[in-house]
Amino acid sequence: MSRRPYVRPVSNTRWYLSNGRYRRYILREVTCLLVGFYCFLTIWALAVLATGSADRWNEFLASQQNAAMAALHAFALIYYLIYMTFDWFQLAPKAMPLQFGEHKVSARTIILAHYAAWAAVTAFVAWLVGVIP
Amino acid sequence: MSKRELTLEVMRYDPEQDTEPYFQSYSVPCEQDWAILDALNYVKEEIDTTLSYRWSCHMMVCGSCGMMVNGEPSLTCKTFVRDLPDHVRIEPLANMPIERDLVVVLDDPMEKMHRARPWIIRQDDPPPPDQEYVQSRAALFKFKQYTMCVNCMCCYSACPQYALDQNFIGPAALALAHRYNLDSRDQGKSQRLDILADYDGVWECSFVGACSEVCPKSVDPAAAIQQMKVDGAIEWWKQKLPGGKS
Repeated sequence: MSRRPYVRPVSNTRWYLSNGRYRRYILREVTCLLVGFYCFLTIWALAVLATGSADRWNEFLASQQNAAMAALHAFALIYYLIYMTFDWFQLAPKAMPLQFGEHKVSARTIILAHYAAWAAVTAFVAWLVGVIP
Repeated sequence: MSKRELTLEVMRYDPEQDTEPYFQSYSVPCEQDWAILDALNYVKEEIDTTLSYRWSCHMMVCGSCGMMVNGEPSLTCKTFVRDLPDHVRIEPLANMPIERDLVVVLDDPMEKMHRARPWIIRQDDPPPPDQEYVQSRAALFKFKQYTMCVNCMCCYSACPQYALDQNFIGPAALALAHRYNLDSRDQGKSQRLDILADYDGVWECSFVGACSEVCPKSVDPAAAIQQMKVDGAIEWWKQKLPGGKS
């Protein structure tokens, strides 16, 4: 009897279509495209600022104030909340388990602590920029 | 108890005759409390004696009956007919070569498990024969879940990273290394650094989390890997800080 193991092919480009678990992962990972976009936007803004021209800065601001950009920012915010904030907070207890003596802190408590910290930081930033008094 | 007719679509492959695998269907009258393994045993005993697959304990301990059940890596002794539709597709575990029918070649993951150095390493002399290494319950709880692995390799089968790059050490081996790193009796963490920090180690994992979702023993290898990443980052910073060890 001879051995002749059969290796099943795996597609390098379509593997993530094979089940819902992989598709959700890819939806999380494509947030890097939005990160790339915001990096580009920040560098563009800094380049305009570096020219030292108030007119060019005002032109840049005006170029950002339209319905398409507002829709893009809203989409990015919601997408991030669903696929990064929610997803990563769910995964946080795996990376950062807490144990006191024989007692393990529940995953729920760790996740809720993350949301509480997030709310506190958001409120602080909102206060810092004057959104809340 | 009433019987239920189940159509099992089973992947077959005979290395001496077939150029590639194909599916063969069997109609199996199942009892409601049967696991898929019982249905496979029925096929083997009553319909087709040529079918090959691995199993031993039928109680989630030996870890040898791992297969793809409707695309999901599963222990077939733990996957019940009552939870499945009338048509069930059974394939060998994904990401591993097929030896014959539902039997896969496990050499690669088994070799990687060995590379994790899954034993207690001590730097000092062993205790006298009439003594043992004392361990508190709290210290045991730190790693107990990682001792539950039965080497079924469902995690390797679920991991897309391993599917795309078979050099990746993989979930079970990393969870095993973490289990010994967390053990208060062990002093071999530095010797396991190669599989932690290597290009094919923890940083190859992009945290899909599929390994933990399919693990039949709730070992949660993805958690072990993320914790090892945190450990690795801390070690790296320790080396970079002034006066840090090189």
